[in-house]
Amino acid sequence: MSIMQDSREATMSGRRSDGTPVRRPLSPHLQVYDMMQMTSALSISGRITGVIWSFGLLILVWWLVAAAAGPSAFAGVQWFLSSWLGLLGMVGLTAAAWFHTLNGLRHLSWDAGYGYDIATTYRTGRMVLIGTAVMTVLTWLIAIIAWA
Amino acid sequence: MATFTLPKNSTVTTGQTYKAEAGAKNLRSFRIYRWDPDGGANPRTDTYEIDLDTCGPMVLDALIKIKNEVDTTLTFRRSCREGICGSCAMNIDGLNTLACLKPIEDVQGDVKISPLPHLPVVKDLVPDLSQLYAQLRSVEPWLKSDTPPPPDAERRQSKEERAKLDGLWECILCFCCSTACPSYWWNGDRYLGPAVLLQAYRWIADSRDEATGERLDDLEDPFRLYRCHTIMNCARTCPKGLNPAAAIGKIKQMMVERQS
Repeated sequence: MSIMQDSREATMSGRRSDGTPVRRPLSPHLQVYDMMQMTSALSISGRITGVIWSFGLLILVWWLVAAAAGPSAFAGVQWFLSSWLGLLGMVGLTAAAWFHTLNGLRHLSWDAGYGYDIATTYRTGRMVLIGTAVMTVLTWLIAIIAWA
Repeated sequence: MATFTLPKNSTVTTGQTYKAEAGAKNLRSFRIYRWDPDGGANPRTDTYEIDLDTCGPMVLDALIKIKNEVDTTLTFRRSCREGICGSCAMNIDGLNTLACLKPIEDVQGDVKISPLPHLPVVKDLVPDLSQLYAQLRSVEPWLKSDTPPPPDAERRQSKEERAKLDGLWECILCFCCSTACPSYWWNGDRYLGPAVLLQAYRWIADSRDEATGERLDDLEDPFRLYRCHTIMNCARTCPKGLNPAAAIGKIKQMMVERQS
């Protein structure tokens, strides 16, 4: 069994003026492209926040397992999560979860056939960013009020 | 497989600088990707100082000025100089566009120019488009109909049927969109990319075409169609203001609708 080859490989071989073969370079992509525009920047952020959120689920499992294991294990997790580092991580997770959810709604509307033009794409993109900030702050305000 | 870095033979080195003549006032530097198959060296970036007071307004004007007056070895494709042939598609200032439609004054600072991204380079700003043309051929971009046309008339469409082709027929196949698509960069061997999918939809949407079912069958594939993740770089970069992402979205919708 040979491994699957990239069919584009054939176009990588060229000729010099004297007819001898030469391997063509690949033109720059990530190295030159403006990846910070709203379109690609939010797209890759959607993927990254999805990964972060999955990591957050592991923390949730850790928390639940500790709760089942007994008071001392649970106290250890609680101590870590309420430390500055733990809290910072939890705020990050909240932001990632909100971004992923709101951006998911954007994808749902695209799949339903709405919001494809660039002006709308930029508007909904800004709404996702602002919404993420607002909802993260709101979530933590409620959490802190319930906590206190 | 996605490789985010360039292969060893493709990393870009610093090349020469061509200074403007003394006395030139309105200077602008053009930093241009160069690769010569006869040289045996890696690609390089050459810098050309151009006096904008003696140059036309568009980036293509500057390229032609450089080729005519500074460095005749600079190689690029161009033909119509009015955005209808699609030859001068390249990456300018981080976005793909047509050099003939891109005003120099729209670029802040140095004008950075490189070939369309993630393609084999033939020479300088000329990329190899064979893969894209082969993929275009694979969607059979022509009218397919078993019904013969009326003996004494063309195939008629209502105004509404004709309107469905607006935003599709204007595509000039410059491939700015496909080469702006990260998904096409990583999976272009099997994913068709925005330009070709827009062409596929142009025939799916045509009321005179009778091969809609076969066309959809051909696209029903995890790679050919579904590597589109609605990144939207295609619509953002199209120099003709078209929206390949919307056309792909319509194909995806038709795939779902025909199952119900």
